[in-house]
Amino acid sequence: MNIIVCIKQVPDTTEIKIDPVKGTLIREGVPSIMNPDDKGGLELALRMKDMYGANVTVITMGPPQADLILREALAMGADRAILLTDRKFAGADTLATSYALAGAIKTMDYDLIIAGRQAIDGDTAQVGPEMAEHLGLPQVSYVVDAQLTDHHSLMVKKEDEECVQTLEVEGKCVLTVLASAYQARYMSVSGIMEAYSREVEIWTADKIEVEEEKLGLKGSPTKVFRSYPKALKTPGELHEVSEEEAVELIVSKLKEKHII
Amino acid sequence: MDFSYSKTEELFLQMIRSFAENEVKPLAAEVDEQERFPMETVKKMAKLGLMGIPVPKEYGGAGGNNQMYIMAVEELSRVCATTGVILSAHTSLCMAPIMENGTEEQKQKYLPKLASGEWIGAFGLTEPNAGTDAAMQQTMAVDAGDHWILNGSKIFITNAAYADVFIVMAMTDKSKGVKGISAFIVEKGFPGFSIGKKEAKMGIRGSATCELIFENCIVPKENLLGVMGKGFNIAMKTLDGGRIGIASQALGIAQGAMDETVKYTKERKQFGHSIASFQNTQFQLADLETKINAARFLVRNAAWKKDNQLPYTKDAAMAKLFAAETAMEMTTKAVQFHGGYGYTREYPVERMMRDAKITEIYEGTSEVQRMVIAGHLLK
Ligand SMILES: Cc1cc2nc3c(=O)[nH]c(=O)nc-3n(C[C@H](O)[C@H](O)[C@H](O)COP(=O)(O)OP(=O)(O)OC[C@H]3O[C@@H](n4cnc5c(N)ncnc54)[C@H](O)[C@@H]3O)c2cc1C
Ligand SMILES: Cc1cc2nc3c(=O)[nH]c(=O)nc-3n(C[C@H](O)[C@H](O)[C@H](O)COP(=O)(O)OP(=O)(O)OC[C@H]3O[C@@H](n4cnc5c(N)ncnc54)[C@H](O)[C@@H]3O)c2cc1C
Repeated sequence: MNIIVCIKQVPDTTEIKIDPVKGTLIREGVPSIMNPDDKGGLELALRMKDMYGANVTVITMGPPQADLILREALAMGADRAILLTDRKFAGADTLATSYALAGAIKTMDYDLIIAGRQAIDGDTAQVGPEMAEHLGLPQVSYVVDAQLTDHHSLMVKKEDEECVQTLEVEGKCVLTVLASAYQARYMSVSGIMEAYSREVEIWTADKIEVEEEKLGLKGSPTKVFRSYPKALKTPGELHEVSEEEAVELIVSKLKEKHII
Repeated sequence: MDFSYSKTEELFLQMIRSFAENEVKPLAAEVDEQERFPMETVKKMAKLGLMGIPVPKEYGGAGGNNQMYIMAVEELSRVCATTGVILSAHTSLCMAPIMENGTEEQKQKYLPKLASGEWIGAFGLTEPNAGTDAAMQQTMAVDAGDHWILNGSKIFITNAAYADVFIVMAMTDKSKGVKGISAFIVEKGFPGFSIGKKEAKMGIRGSATCELIFENCIVPKENLLGVMGKGFNIAMKTLDGGRIGIASQALGIAQGAMDETVKYTKERKQFGHSIASFQNTQFQLADLETKINAARFLVRNAAWKKDNQLPYTKDAAMAKLFAAETAMEMTTKAVQFHGGYGYTREYPVERMMRDAKITEIYEGTSEVQRMVIAGHLLK
């Protein structure tokens, strides 16, 4: 069983700062990490490796520095790592990103593709599903667990705010996984010792099955019109009171603010 | 030496920091309060390969270096000094002397199980009447033909209640004094060997510090470690390495207290301002930050020399002396900056202050470190 896991390097921050002029994320000075949902996806793949002896390949599209998360994935137990890097990929929106990733995956042997549900910087949750469309594969998003059945299909548990669904998927598919699904393992010391002596394959645009004009900025229909940080709301107040008192309190507060 | 981390070390730091933060820190207060040995943490460390960092791969270790090992002790001690010393005693005081003095058979027999964390290691030198004056060993080892017979006792032995393998010093020839001391590898189950009273301590309360009792304890012939009569040298060399570990523990405690103090002084407001805005706070923290960094460079220097097979006795003594005194100063001031809250168990700094004190005492008191340094300086 060959599993491909798409991982993305993201800035480690919850308070995203945005360049007021360019409207883009300011990445300088912010440490980079493996996107949390992707780490959940990698953990699912590694559990399948532990249970069924799957072969796990991690792939990322990004600048050369993204090498770091591939080394981390190797130290966690991934078998093979691919860095998709080329100036031609620069400026990609989600469509161009998913197109490039799909183009790389087309050249590979695989049974299952796992992505994170969402990246904490871009936050669109589009890349996984778009990739499935490019590849013509079924997809299950918001995955919290997946098990192989006796007849080699996958039983997949999917969870959103409203409900939990269990779905059976046959054949190749794309799963997008939540960080909360699993507690991802730590890198092992021996994995770390080997991480930098193992190979990270560098793939450029000419190595994958793509049309150049669909890559990077050229292939990106999304144009950022404006980005700006949201004004912080004032902190809430906590009152421990009885129900009747609560009604009075709320009414008085609303009056105070001239809302009613 | 080069003070920058290699890429491998960077990756290791990333792992050990998140391990300490997520697995060790949440237990620290409880381990202290209940004087509980954190076995679950040791098992997790074992699974990741942390119990055998500097042990070569052929003996089941991770094949890392001392630099990585001290990073681990520092990061663990930053959140829980008990966990830090468990790793330090196991690695520096038990595995290291076997690696450095053991026969091939001894290495094959003990290192893989110790490095995998299946077994925990300890070291017994101190006796009720042989503390700083460690040469005054009263534990006797008598050659009984095909085995040794040990009689006597050891006191204050770290990890003792949970350890499986002990490096034990004993007199094989009293007439030769220091040159009559030999080192032995003693296993938990050897007949005549038992663990005595557990100490109730001021700090590092989760580490099980106990007596070792030898009553006609039978030790196989092949468990003599190194050359007969060279036990004192082995013990002193072992402590040189151990001091780098304890220096890292002290450094971690100091760093942990600094982390807490920076956070607290920025949050706490008096006279309408954060207490971090007072110049007294700023100047004292600036001095302490400088000392912590100086300590880190001393510690890394000593570990680097050990990794490169250079003499490091004096370097290790300087690192331990300075790091321990910095830890004591930093934690005492951390409590002061926290005011009354710092004196309560609501905040971790009171525990850190209690934990820091031991680093000035074990593996040679600060007075002993000064003797070692002066001895090298004036020889
Ligand atoms: C409107 C918009 C405009 C943008 N414009 C630009 C631009 O002009 N220039 C620019 O540099 N960037 C731009 N970006 C950022 C870039 O397009 C996205 O970061 C990228 O496409 C991934 O989308 P996402 O972060 O929303 O990931 P999601 O769709 O939230 O990610 C889901 C999952 O897909 C996988 N994945 C996503 N990206 C990768 C990757 N690179 N490699 C491997 N796996 C991956 C991961 O498993 C991830 O968890 C833009 C983003 C948006 C939303
Ligand atoms: C929690 C804990 C864990 C320990 N773990 C271990 C362990 O795993 N293995 C082990 O073998 N031992 C261990 N020890 C023992 C420790 O190393 C000794 O306690 C230490 O070496 C000091 O010996 P002592 O307690 O007998 O003090 P003493 O030697 O009695 O010293 C008392 C004081 O006199 C000072 N002093 C003594 N001689 C001189 C001198 N010549 N000049 C100036 N000052 C002097 C000392 O510095 C000290 O301040 C541990 C101790 C503790 C408390």
